[in-house]
Amino acid sequence: MAAETLGWWGVPLGILAGTLRGSAPFLFVSLGECLTEKSGKINLGLEGTLLMGAMSAYAISYLGSEKWGMTPAASPWLGVLVAGIAGMAMGFIHAWLSQQPKVNDIAVGIAMIIFGSGVAFFLGKPFIQPQAPQLPSIELGQLFSGLPALQSALKISPLFLIGLALAPLMNWFFNSTRPGLFVRAVGDSPDAALAMGVSIKKVRMLCIIAGSFLAGIGGAYLSLVYPGSWTERISSGQGLMAVALVIFARWNPIQCLWASLFFGGAQSIGPALQAVGIDQGYYLFNAAPYFLTLLIMILTCSPKKTLSGAPGALGTISG
Amino acid sequence: MFSSTNWRKTAEAIAIPVGALLFSLVLFGLFCALCGKNPLAVYGLIYKSAFGNWRAFQGTLLRSAPLMLTALCTALPARLGLMIIGNEGALVMGGLASIIVGLTLSFGSVTPNAAQLQQVSGIPSFVVLAGMAIAGIIAGGVWIAIVGALRHYRAVNETISSLLMNYIAIAIMNQLVGGPIKDPGETIKASSFALPEVNRLANLPATRIHFGLLYGIIVCILAYILIQHTTFGFAARTAGGNVKAARIAGLPVGKLTIIICFLAGSCAGLAGMAEVAAVHGRVNESLVAGYGYTGILVAFVARYNPIACTLVAILLGGIISSGGALQRNLEMPDATVLVFQGLVFLVILYSDSLYGRFKIFKEPVITAPPPPSTSTTVPV
Repeated sequence: MAAETLGWWGVPLGILAGTLRGSAPFLFVSLGECLTEKSGKINLGLEGTLLMGAMSAYAISYLGSEKWGMTPAASPWLGVLVAGIAGMAMGFIHAWLSQQPKVNDIAVGIAMIIFGSGVAFFLGKPFIQPQAPQLPSIELGQLFSGLPALQSALKISPLFLIGLALAPLMNWFFNSTRPGLFVRAVGDSPDAALAMGVSIKKVRMLCIIAGSFLAGIGGAYLSLVYPGSWTERISSGQGLMAVALVIFARWNPIQCLWASLFFGGAQSIGPALQAVGIDQGYYLFNAAPYFLTLLIMILTCSPKKTLSGAPGALGTISG
Repeated sequence: MFSSTNWRKTAEAIAIPVGALLFSLVLFGLFCALCGKNPLAVYGLIYKSAFGNWRAFQGTLLRSAPLMLTALCTALPARLGLMIIGNEGALVMGGLASIIVGLTLSFGSVTPNAAQLQQVSGIPSFVVLAGMAIAGIIAGGVWIAIVGALRHYRAVNETISSLLMNYIAIAIMNQLVGGPIKDPGETIKASSFALPEVNRLANLPATRIHFGLLYGIIVCILAYILIQHTTFGFAARTAGGNVKAARIAGLPVGKLTIIICFLAGSCAGLAGMAEVAAVHGRVNESLVAGYGYTGILVAFVARYNPIACTLVAILLGGIISSGGALQRNLEMPDATVLVFQGLVFLVILYSDSLYGRFKIFKEPVITAPPPPSTSTTVPV
């Protein structure tokens, strides 16, 4: 409806709105994956974690306001917290299993995608119909008043702002704190970490669980902010794209932020074009993030050298 | 296989996966109990609706046919040390290519008009089906060969790229059936035109199982021979064991990677062709039925052994086939099957760490009797 009054300006505005709305899940999952990979393990299963987070946040938000007598303002926040905890549970399974001897962490990730989506669809079946209270958003557009289209574009979720703050915080954690140094040591050179007296298993366990906590929050964003409902198709590969995004961002939290905004923008090209009446290639434009991810991987990877910034122990099976 | 020296190893290779499957059944029972269902009733129903009688078992075999083929899409590259999970995408591309060829050969056009629809061309059915199979094989093969080429030339992680290719394949299919090859008469679901009945894949005599099951079994046997009993397979296994050593030995690792990936994808593409030509008759969203993802699990449980893939495919085909009954009789959501698959997958992965831990499977260390102390003094 915005596009009708704005004409072609609807496209960039739609992409801007989509970027602000749609990049938060990418941001949370990629920060979580960044933390995980910095400790030397890959968690491909964040796709399943995202779904678990989305389902549990929606379910708790609904149950809280309908059954447990909470106010509709409070129950979504409880949902976010529970989504994070559900993510931690998934992370614990991944961390424990992927650190068993001879077990490949990528294979565990694939299994966690299947397991996580299975459990999320199983438990989430009763919540597809009902409407759960959503998280509030901050209406930045009203500061400029102006066009209603601009107002609806500039609705920003507080979760997104938390994500924005988290990226520099994580960067500071890696570069300027003692625990951050331990994480990098474990990821880069486990032997050196062992010599420092750091428990590799414990550090990795904590990193994977914390990373999965963030991915769970990203899932809560999907079901409680945008798109804002629980369906079985709510996360179509976003958890997975985040893994590629971390490679693109060279394992740097600040660059994860830029990459997430970029991906959020790419994701909204299809809907923005459709809003101004271009239906040609709708499915292909919707697949833009996948094409983009693949293209970025082709451009940034190289058979000749290891990527700068890649944790040294990544992709090796220890123990 | 059962030579006296390695029977313990064979026993271990069978006992650990079987034990893992049993353990995941127990875990699944616990999950069912937590959800308020009687686990024994669930087990009983799965058994009855999957393997209980010949009719039910046919349904199981029907579902195991594509699983055998999609499993090879993961199992073959795994011997080279690649973890490819683009099975679903290769299946979709295979189905898409085969319907395009099938419709063209049947009606002379992918979007036949009313007059063309009435007149099925005189090309014999087996030629049409062979054309469809070749199209499916090539399309699926090229799809995964791209993944292999990206791996070799650009060092792109094959797991991530193949999974992304799944989404891209599904988008391409949706795009095509939504426009260029859409059947306007089909209003419920955007679909391609349907193959004429005469050019469908036939059923095995006196069953409702289509010939795709034979494809699956034959291809699995061929794959086993290729990997275990040819120089090509030996080269692939060598490269999978140690890439550096293979390079030093002069093996063309890049060529091997791309060929194996092509073969892997072509298996899944053939599965897509069989699904289109025998089950659906046309291409639409129903083609994305999760056979690709279950195929990954089959390959893992079978430990990448193509012969074992056939048996595991039948087992998991039975579990998929019992999903409907679980939904109807016990009111469990259709995702129950997915939960069970996830549990099996996790337990099977854990069982990887058990190899070599059990004493019973270890070769007993034969301590040679001490040499008789013959105190022969060397004459000086």
